[in-house]
Amino acid sequence: MSEETLQRENKLEGVGASRKRKEDARFIRGQGSYVDDIKLPGMLFGAIVRSPYAHARIKSIDKSKALKVPGVVAVLTADDLKPVNLHWMPTLGSDVQAVLADKKVWFQLQEVAFVLATDRYTAADGAEAVEVDYEELPAVVDPRKALAADAPVIREDIADKDNVGHGPRTHPNHIFTWEAGDKAGTDAVFASAAVTVREEILNPRVHPCPLETCGCVASFDKVRGQLTVYMTSQAPHLVRTVVAMLSGIPESKIRIVGGDIGGGFGNKVPVYPGYVAAIVASIVTGVPVKWIESRIDNISTTGFARDYHGIGELAADSNGRIKALRFSALADHGAFNAHVSATKLPAGLFSICTGSYDIPKAYCRVDAVYTNKAPGGVAYRCSLRVTEAVYLIERMIDVLAQKVGVDKAEIRRRNFVKPEQFPYTTALGWTLDSGNYHVALDKVLKAVDYDGLRAEQAAKRASGQLMGIGISTFTEIVGAGPTKVCDILGIGLFDSCDIRVNPTGSAIARLGTMSQGQGHATTYAQIIATELGLPSEEIQIEEGDTDKAPYGAGTWGSRSTPVGGAAAARAARKIKDKAKKIAAHLLEVGERDLEWDVDRFRVKGNPAAAKTMKEIAMAAHTSNLPDGMEKGLDATEYYDPPNMTFPFGAYVCVVDIDKYTGETKVRRFYALDDCGTRINPMIIEGQIHGGLTEAFAVAMGQAVPFDDNGNHLGNSLMDYFLPTSVETPKWETDFTVTPSPHHPIGAKGVAESPHVGGIPCFTNAVVDAFAHLGVTHMDMPHTSFRVWQHCKSLGVNKR
Amino acid sequence: MAKKQAVSFKLNGKDVDVVVEPRELLIHTLREKLQHTGPHIGCETSHCGACTVDLNAMSVKSCTVLTVQCEGACVLTIEGFAQSGELHALQESFHLDHALQCGYCTPGMITRAYRLLKENPNPTEEEIRYWMAGNLCRCTGYQNIVKAVQSAARKLSSAAAA
Ligand code: FES
Ligand code: FES
Repeated sequence: MSEETLQRENKLEGVGASRKRKEDARFIRGQGSYVDDIKLPGMLFGAIVRSPYAHARIKSIDKSKALKVPGVVAVLTADDLKPVNLHWMPTLGSDVQAVLADKKVWFQLQEVAFVLATDRYTAADGAEAVEVDYEELPAVVDPRKALAADAPVIREDIADKDNVGHGPRTHPNHIFTWEAGDKAGTDAVFASAAVTVREEILNPRVHPCPLETCGCVASFDKVRGQLTVYMTSQAPHLVRTVVAMLSGIPESKIRIVGGDIGGGFGNKVPVYPGYVAAIVASIVTGVPVKWIESRIDNISTTGFARDYHGIGELAADSNGRIKALRFSALADHGAFNAHVSATKLPAGLFSICTGSYDIPKAYCRVDAVYTNKAPGGVAYRCSLRVTEAVYLIERMIDVLAQKVGVDKAEIRRRNFVKPEQFPYTTALGWTLDSGNYHVALDKVLKAVDYDGLRAEQAAKRASGQLMGIGISTFTEIVGAGPTKVCDILGIGLFDSCDIRVNPTGSAIARLGTMSQGQGHATTYAQIIATELGLPSEEIQIEEGDTDKAPYGAGTWGSRSTPVGGAAAARAARKIKDKAKKIAAHLLEVGERDLEWDVDRFRVKGNPAAAKTMKEIAMAAHTSNLPDGMEKGLDATEYYDPPNMTFPFGAYVCVVDIDKYTGETKVRRFYALDDCGTRINPMIIEGQIHGGLTEAFAVAMGQAVPFDDNGNHLGNSLMDYFLPTSVETPKWETDFTVTPSPHHPIGAKGVAESPHVGGIPCFTNAVVDAFAHLGVTHMDMPHTSFRVWQHCKSLGVNKR
Repeated sequence: MAKKQAVSFKLNGKDVDVVVEPRELLIHTLREKLQHTGPHIGCETSHCGACTVDLNAMSVKSCTVLTVQCEGACVLTIEGFAQSGELHALQESFHLDHALQCGYCTPGMITRAYRLLKENPNPTEEEIRYWMAGNLCRCTGYQNIVKAVQSAARKLSSAAAA
């Protein structure tokens, strides 16, 4: 490439540039516009009265004292919502959920009444003054007890239903059983296998806990019949559809506005009772109503993740070559099936559990049950149930390595899908589009001097010290997804982009996705810049306002780049096709005589004869166009991906454990990610730092614990572990590039890989520190106390 | 409801007067009465640091301070950092070093880092990590925040030397 061409290309700041973020300018000045920053004239504040019990009947609710508090305007209960049929709402998991408790409460801190007052202090006073009389019922807390013959029935409202959207139910507390693969064939391989291993592996209940909690401002204009809701939503269009279904307001009169969102990580995908209560309250009062969740309510009631009680089994030959996989999980979905999943995939993408390995036979099964805990099952910085799946396989391959006595890196090499096998269809039906696993692993092992580490570990073990080396070579599945397999409430999970190029060559693009810190305003502009040859600086990106953006399923499951990014590239290509016709017309040559050169079409063999995209943009708005061509330079793309994308990576974690305190120190964490084409390396690295830190949090400290009566035992930031700068390790990042063959620019998505791949890497490191003592598994979280207990039970810390 | 009280203090160099209930927290006064929505609320229990402001030359979590305690005080929030359109070195380095993602922790982080660099203009990485531990970030993993504080420290000390 000539110096001049390179200069023009650099000026675009397109794909591959570590372009500084456009969104920072407002945030560093404190000028972000988060939902709690919104203040509308006459706005009331809503506070929720919550249940102290996990399971109880409501005998009565007395509002009278609350209504006497000066400034309290109204107190809404299920009975008030009933006449407008808004006391229940549909969930994203084909179930229904009580907006305000209807005669019963099903989990602790459930929403019972909504107090409206002139400000947040008065609303809290009012909520304190509401008197609710309960009759406590026995609670089901442990999902393993939910299906017992004598277990209390949690959902009496659907006790007579033999199906809640995902196949037959076998017990009033059973939600669904979902399976994939060849059971008989898999069982047969297990029956005759040289080696089999089995482990019970828990992904405990955790919470994504973004720094900003959930909230909204609902504003109903009675005269126009229009509802506007400013809210913390990762999926504004899906919310609009749910609100339309629920309220009967035409969808065209509902506007959902995302604004700036203080992190989501899956917490902000579902529709929560607080949003609906605020909407109803605004419809009833005719003034705007704000509801902002407290931190304790956030951790306790909206969008928990995981609670997957798994059993992993592998069958292999004596060299550790895996012959079959059999995984199952008992899924605790809480009191309502508000699990976010595609309709046809009630256990999400759990069947990616064959990982990066060539496994001839596989079978997996998930049973979901109701318990008296908060509803949810969101994907915490992952695609639906991918963390659970990857955790199982990445743990089990280590268990197998220990059983057959093969090194943990070597056993992966022996089982990897080989580069020449791609596209590779797994035994559970996914077609992995691309991958290059051996290269990634070898690069990482070399970088950390794996052999040296193993030698050091052997020496440490000989002197009684605990050092662990964890490996994770994961394959993710992201970018939901092809509409033939993925829909929510019947709506396909496509995404969209609408680009308008202005006469002077700047452009605005609107997408159906929704940034929560990922930097979309920066990166989407880079994709369009490269496609159109217009500087990214002059490309404005807008998301989140359903009145402006085309319909899309939002940002979760790393779907923005795979689906939204693809839509952006393809919309730009439609524009480019038209631009080429205009260029040919202006240059008086045939289209075939033109070639693309960074930011212009030029005549082959005569580079001086050229029209830049900017010149073409102007021409598109004049009369000088080919005969019959429409004016303007716009395009919209609704992109339905042909397949998911499969980012992968190889991670190594080294830990040193103090056997006297149980303290686990992460000495080194080396993460190599392959997310295909890299749009903005700076942002990718930032996403990986953040994802690894969240993986560290989950593996080393997070859990939402309960007692036997369903009472929370740790739901504030006093107890719930969010790592600070002191305990967070330093991250080393690396990459390989294996583009996705079916994505328009070869990109795969990256934000979730470090979380998904990181969690097993930490656990593998901790377990590896004890492997020489015969330990094959330890459940998360690996807090100092739990690790110390482990040391104690093994007797390794006697002085 | 207890009787409201008048409170006067300096906010980013300007005199402000408010009338508040004795129980009102500074973060709510700043955000709801004084339109300073830069400091955020992440917990209201003093754990996250999103609400950090500088009060009489000390970092405080403004969700744990009563407004009535601020009579006569000097309060600095993120809104007071840029001077006549010029960004503060910390604001600039947070941008250049990609030390923010969702931006929710950023005002508190910058305000805390400001106090750190006042007390210790050349902190080591360990000192930065220790000093910033009261401010949680869920997005960045802190590595670039540490980097940004180091860059700002360098910039400020070379400016001071010049
Ligand atoms: S809101 Fe003040 S410390 Fe979290
Ligand atoms: S940038 Fe999102 S919490 Fe720090």
